Order: sequence, then C-alpha cells, then structure tokens
Amino acid sequence: MFVRLVYESFRRQKRRKFLAGAAITLGVTVATAMIAVATDIGDKINRELRTIGANLLVTPQEDTLDVEIGGVNLKPPSDGAFLNEADLPKIKGTFWHNNITGFAPMLPVNVTLERGGKTENLTLLGTYFAKQVAFGKEEFNTGVRSTHSWWKVLGAWPGDNSRDVLIGERLWERHPVTPGDSIILSGRSVRVSGILSTGGSEDDQMVAPIALAQEILGRPGAVRRVYVSALTKPEDAFARRDPKSMSGPVYDRWYCSPYPQSIAFQLQEAIPHSHAEQIRQVAQNEGAVLRRIEGLIFLITLAALFASALAVSAAMATAIFERRAEVGLMKALGAGRLAVASIFFAEATLLALIGGFVGFVAGGLLARQIGRSIFDSQITIPPVLLPVILVIAVIVTFAGSAAAIRKAVGLDPVFALRGEL
Amino acid sequence: MFLRMLLRAAVLRRGRAAAALFAMVIAAAVATAMLNLYVDVQAKLRREFRNYGANIILVGRDGASLPADALTQVESVLGNRGVVAPFALLVARTSDGQPVVVVGTDFDRVKQLDRWWSVSSWPSAPQQALVGVRALPVVSPRNQPFDLSFQGRSIHLSAAGTVQTGAAEDSRVYLSLADFVSWTGVQPSTLEIAVTGSPEEITAIMHQIQDAIPTADVRPVRQIMEGEARVLGKTRATLLAAAALIILTAALCVLSTLMGWVFDRRRDFAIMKALGASDRLLNGFFAAEAAALGATGAVIGFILGIGIAAWIGRVNFHAPVMPRFSVLPVVLAGSMVVTLLSAILPISLLRRVQPAVILRGE
Repeated sequence: MFVRLVYESFRRQKRRKFLAGAAITLGVTVATAMIAVATDIGDKINRELRTIGANLLVTPQEDTLDVEIGGVNLKPPSDGAFLNEADLPKIKGTFWHNNITGFAPMLPVNVTLERGGKTENLTLLGTYFAKQVAFGKEEFNTGVRSTHSWWKVLGAWPGDNSRDVLIGERLWERHPVTPGDSIILSGRSVRVSGILSTGGSEDDQMVAPIALAQEILGRPGAVRRVYVSALTKPEDAFARRDPKSMSGPVYDRWYCSPYPQSIAFQLQEAIPHSHAEQIRQVAQNEGAVLRRIEGLIFLITLAALFASALAVSAAMATAIFERRAEVGLMKALGAGRLAVASIFFAEATLLALIGGFVGFVAGGLLARQIGRSIFDSQITIPPVLLPVILVIAVIVTFAGSAAAIRKAVGLDPVFALRGEL
Repeated sequence: MFLRMLLRAAVLRRGRAAAALFAMVIAAAVATAMLNLYVDVQAKLRREFRNYGANIILVGRDGASLPADALTQVESVLGNRGVVAPFALLVARTSDGQPVVVVGTDFDRVKQLDRWWSVSSWPSAPQQALVGVRALPVVSPRNQPFDLSFQGRSIHLSAAGTVQTGAAEDSRVYLSLADFVSWTGVQPSTLEIAVTGSPEEITAIMHQIQDAIPTADVRPVRQIMEGEARVLGKTRATLLAAAALIILTAALCVLSTLMGWVFDRRRDFAIMKALGASDRLLNGFFAAEAAALGATGAVIGFILGIGIAAWIGRVNFHAPVMPRFSVLPVVLAGSMVVTLLSAILPISLLRRVQPAVILRGE
C-alpha cells in the first residue's frame, strides 16, 4: 500500500516531481562541480605557478664560489666541480618523480665570437631545449622549453642533437645575424637558428645544446647546475625540521610529503656528489599565493553549497505546500501523522537519490568542462565522492522539506480540503 | 487602493512573503559578494605577487653607473605604488686572493623588496656585512672579521649574519651602500623595482621611468610578469565560472519560491478578476508586487553581500574587500528581472483559466 502510494504519486504528479527533482539535480550539479574544482584547484594553480620558473637548484657539492655579474661568468671555466650528465635521468627515479614537471641542466662556458675582424668574449650556455630522456622504460621530454616557459625565440629552437645556437636579444643588437646564418665561435662554425629573448641575463649570451658547450669546454658529460621544476606543498614548521634529527615514522612522513625540502633531499640522494636547494624566491612565495587562491575557492565552494542547499529546500517546501489538499484527504480517510509524514519523506528520499545521482554525473561533466576551458587539463571527480554527495543531497532535501511536512501533517483536514489555508 | 492592496497582500500572508523575501535577500547577497570578490581579487592577488620581488629592472647602459639622482627620480615616479632598491656590484678579492662578488645595497629597502631572503641577522652598524651562505666558508671560515680588497684599496668587515636564497645571492657579500661607495667609489648600476598594478599600469610606469632617466635601460622581469598574468587570469576565470553557477542557483531558488507564492494566490487572482479587474490591472498589480519584493531584497542583500565579501577578504587576504557600489545597479536590475519573470510566468498561465474554475478549487 505504502509503496503503491509513493509510486502513484510519482506517476501522476509528473510536473511537480519534475520541478522538485530538477531543483535537486541543479543544486547537486553545482555542489559537485564546485567541490571537484576546489579539491583540484591547488594542483592546477601549482602547475600554472611553474611558469615562474624552477623552484629547485642542484649544484655540485664541492663547488667553488660563483663569480658572476649580469650573466657574465668571471670564474675560470675549468674551475670548480661538475655534475655528470649521465646521472640526470635519475631525477625521474626519485620518490616524487611524478611531481617533477621538468628539469634543465646548464653549463656556461666562455667563448670568443669572431665577426668582422673583431673578437668578443662572451658566455655560451649549454642546456636541454626539449630533450628526450629515458629512465628505465619511461621516456620523457624535458628542457628549458618547459622549465623556462617565458623564453621566447624569434626563428627556430635548435634541436638538442644539432650544432645550432640561439643568440641573446641584446647580443644580437650588437651583432645582427640573420637566423640561418653561420658564425665562428671559438674556432667552430655554428649556425644561429633564432634570436632569444628572456628579459634576463641570457639576453647577453648564446644558448646552445649542452653537447656543444661540453665540446668547447673539453669535458664531455659535464653539467654545472640543474634547474628542477617540481610541484610542491607549501612549507610549514614540520618541513623545516632537519631530517637527520628525525626518528623512523616521523622521518618517513617527512620524506613522503612533497615539501621543497624533502624533494631537494631526494634529489641529493639521486645524484651523486650534489647539493640541492630550493630557490627561495620561487618556492617561498608559491606557498603564499597558493594558500590565498585555495582559501578563496574553498570559501566560495561553501557559498555554492549553501546556495544549492537553499534552492533544494525552497523547491521542496513549495512542492509540499501545493499538496495540502492531498494531505487533507489522507487524514480524512484516517491516516495518522506518522503515515503522512513517512510518505512525504519516502518521496523526498527517492527524489534526492535520483536527483543526486543525475546531478553528480552532470556536475562531473561541468567540472571537466571548467577544467578544459580554463586550465587545458582534466578535472576528474573521485567516484568515492558519490555516496557522500548522495547523503548530503538526502539530508538537505529532508531539512528543506521538514518544516513544510510538519506544517502539512498538522493541518486540519476540513480546512485543507476546502483549500482555505 | 493599489498601494493598499500591495501592502495588505504582504501583511496577510506574512509567512510566505517572508520566505520569498528571504530567498531574494540571500540570492542578492550571494551575487553581490561574488561580483565584489571578482572585481577585487586581482588587486588582492597582485599584492601577493609583489612578494616575488622586482618586476622591473633599471640598469645603466653597457654596465655604466646610474646617474646619482636615479633613485629619487624613480621614487617620485612610483609614489607609494612600489618599492625600489639600488644595487652596485663588483668583484673583489679576499685576503688569500679568491675572487668574490661584493654588492652594495640599502638593507632597509631590500628587506621590503626581497622578502624571501632568509637572513640570520641584518647588519645594523657600518663595516658590517651580510655574507651569503656559500661565500661564508671562503671569506670568513671561522666567522672572524675579514678584509676585502678592490684595486689596491681594502676594507675591514665583520659578518653580521648570513643570507640564504638558493640563488646567486648565496655566493655574494652584501655591504651597506655607504660603506661600498666610500671603499670603491663605484655608484649603483642597477635599480630593482617592484610595482603593483595591471600590465598596462606597469608599462606606463616603465615609460615614465625611461623618460626620467634616458641614459639607462628599463627592462621588465618577464619571468615574474608572465607567471603573474597567467595565474591571475586562471583564478579570475575560475571565480567567474563559480560566480555564474552560484548566481544561477540562487536565481532559480528565488524563481521557484516566488512562483509557488504567486501560484498559491490564484484565489485572490480569481476574486479580483470576478470583481471585474482588467488583465492590465492584474498584470500591473502582480508586477508591482514582484518589483517591490525584488528591490527590497536586492538592497538588503547588497548590504549583506558586502559584509560577506569583506569577511572573506579579512579571513583569506587579511585585507578588507572594498565595497563596490558599481555592483549595486547590476544586482538591482538582476533581482527585478528574476522576480518579474517569476511573477509573470504563473500569471500568464492563470489568465487563460476561468475565475469560476479556480474559485471552485479545481
């Protein structure tokens, strides 16, 4: 009997059920989409912040002091220690390798440019542009084009296995070379493939594939420093603790958190004789910006949840209020308050479950659309969220209908039937 | 008569009128808060981004020193919109002949400009230096006072503290500009400038600085400016999407509540019609009611929404979000449209029905 009442109510009052269901669906859609965006926004903004540059720097442990002003290296070229290029793919073998979005080795060497009978001493920077690197079975692409995304090239980027170079913008003003022409660098003829503009010291330098720099220096496999771009978690007091002073489980927790410090520590472990450190300008400020944006989106998600709860409540209240006459009839036929209330609650639950499920799916699609159009990447919702969303939908629907149901069951059947309330 | 009808309608069905007004207030408040935040979030985030330090650099052409009044010139262009710090660099030798980069600067300005520097203790007296963590073992391995020499002249310094940044600063020695100039006679060659503002404002300031000091090169720090623009753009887009969703939900909440309310009053409608009210009068009556409700809700909601926005600003950015009164007309117009829509829709449905049918309760 009870089931039939509920079933008939759904079958006969399609319009009303549809309206209330639509409100629930919409509310759940908005809530799901906002929750999905809020949980993912940290990661997305973190990736955008990576455009500001690498946040970790790996240098040789026993290095001598850098003597560099305005991008001109005054240190004798063979002085100091080097890292081994062959060790670099191990960066992708560290615990947080999925958080490492790219790395670029650098090897500055002093060269002489001979042009029009004059010679000029300048710095040639050897690096990866977009090099295919293999670690184990994994292949990945890394270099300045991903870690230093603000570098702009007029002409073409050199290939990593070519002998082409880029000429810095300000250097080019002194030595106008058409891209495609050859120049003589320290007795070697190289082709200039493009003009590089960075807004930094590289504008006064030449940039070349690292193999060319190594050849000029006469040290195959040498790397002076490596810039590593990693997705990190804002540092807190725990992150700043010294790993040597930690006991087993605390150390494990520190090691397995993507703090800049712990990723630097793992890089140091992976590359022999290296010293890794966070670049504080990038790493420290990232945390602050990230926290602000995450906080903002979190508060807005609360507002969205509140607004959708309100919309669901309003729709349910209206739907029940419209059915006073029915309540009057049921009560006139002898239904108790409990029986009337349970019918309404059963209907509300059914509506909430259907609306919640449809809303969850629609919210997932909406979040995906937001992710694609704003961040050019996917925002996915973990399916474990479904039961949580359904429970919330049921609770909100109940809360929204409770006041209206209480009023409805308290009605005097006579007045209700005459439609005078 | 018209006014009295409007007033009585609201007073007699207090509960439902209050519910409709409540929905309207909440919707208007949420819309106001979202629009306020959307307008203000750029300014708030730009301030955060200024912690990344300079976004403009002024350097003497071909390594030459800047004119002596460059700092005051730049400051007069900036006003209170930015921070500027001078830097003078050269290579000196330690007592055992090792080369090291020495920088003269103004520590008070650097403290404001480069907040990420991790400094153990800032120099406070003359002849005190701030030594980079990597330079320390070279210049002062036992933390003793040390000598540096440049072109035959030497200076006696003690390390007040160390600086760690993870970048070039770690291998340098920093002195106060006064010590540096009296020792070497070299004037600052670089000014690092952090300006807050939109890309257009920053470009305008760069032009002004270039005009004021034509002998120097003004360069943007592209790395910082581009990253900032990207993050700001994405955050604003996300916020806009969220605002659109929330406002849509709130508007639908108002729509459903109001439509219910108007539909509920079909008996009033029928009686008026039976007593000879014209369609135009009825439409006008319900429209006026809806407009009054929308306007009242919008004004109360606007005040509430400014409060919410200010609270979010305080909690999240530690600075209040300024009320934007330019938002008010938008919220007001939006509220009226939603309420009118939710009144007109049921009325046009009811108009086709005979009053007698409604009065019989069918």
